[in-house]
Amino acid sequence: MIALCPALFRTRTLWARADTAAILRRAVLTMFCLGLWLMPVAAFAQSPTPRTVTDDEVNAIAKQLYCPVCENIPLDVCPTQACADWREEIRLKLAEGWSEAQIKQYFVDRFGDRVLGAPPPRGVNWLVYLLPPLAVIAGLFLLYRALTSWLRPAGAHPSLPADLPQDEYVRRLEEELRNRDR
Amino acid sequence: MTTDASTPPTRRLPWGGLLALLALLILLVLVGVALVRGQRGQFGVGQPAPDFAITTFDGQTLSLANLRGKVVLVNFWASWCLPCEQEADELQAAWQLYQPRGDVVFIGIAWSDMDNKAKAYLSRFGITYPNAPDMGTRISQAYRITGVPETYIINRQGILTYVKLSPFNSVDEIRAAIQTALDEP
Repeated sequence: MIALCPALFRTRTLWARADTAAILRRAVLTMFCLGLWLMPVAAFAQSPTPRTVTDDEVNAIAKQLYCPVCENIPLDVCPTQACADWREEIRLKLAEGWSEAQIKQYFVDRFGDRVLGAPPPRGVNWLVYLLPPLAVIAGLFLLYRALTSWLRPAGAHPSLPADLPQDEYVRRLEEELRNRDR
Repeated sequence: MTTDASTPPTRRLPWGGLLALLALLILLVLVGVALVRGQRGQFGVGQPAPDFAITTFDGQTLSLANLRGKVVLVNFWASWCLPCEQEADELQAAWQLYQPRGDVVFIGIAWSDMDNKAKAYLSRFGITYPNAPDMGTRISQAYRITGVPETYIINRQGILTYVKLSPFNSVDEIRAAIQTALDEP
């Protein structure tokens, strides 16, 4: 670095000559060299320090994932080597500063939606989220209809409106019965 | 007669019941489709091999469709799979036999594996034929594999001619399987 910037160490003598243009050039060069010198320091300061990740942190994500090798067994309790490798990958990603959502998305991209405990709400998967509440609503509606029909008074039959014209035969039959009672 | 006896009283459609029936029908269809898909079993010899495209661990892109005219051996494996290790050396030895010919291609598909582990496995066994991760497990699902190792050999017309659901025991076994595909027109 010093070999690259000999001008930096000659600035004092040049200042004495009062050559403004030269001083400006030297100043720019000085700043450039300082920048080069500080760059590795800044880069080191910005590099993420790997942090220690606990088993609980790993398992908090692992329990939401399922590997295709051992279906229906959450990753946090799966004893296979494949799942151990996956947990190790989660640990590495967490140490690198990845968020839970990023890690889950990484596994989905890598192994498909099947790694998730619940299907993501898109496409035909919406049926999983829509059908159960719709079924409950439909069931409640049918229950309401049934209850209202059961609780209706026996005389008020909905299928026979009051203003329906009486059948001639029925009218005559009732008249005969009344005459017989007299 | 004061009433019109010929006109029957109008009845409302039971929309609630119809909707319930429709929902039940849709549910039954979905369950039926899932059952049929689940019961399809193994991918059979004589069927067209499902096409796939891969990006290998060293960045090379390959498509099965572009390999038409060549015999293709597709081997599903994983670094955590001990039986896969049994056949790793045999597969590499067979590849070294066929590579100079140019009419046989080996492709390895790492199933449910981590990239770093898979690369370490390839390095450990000195495997040089193209290997790629099964992104989204799409290829393994298309071939309906049930585990690893599994090997599928596809003839020049893209038809599956050989399926092996366990590790190869020798290079001769691999050669015999490939020869069957090579002998087909």
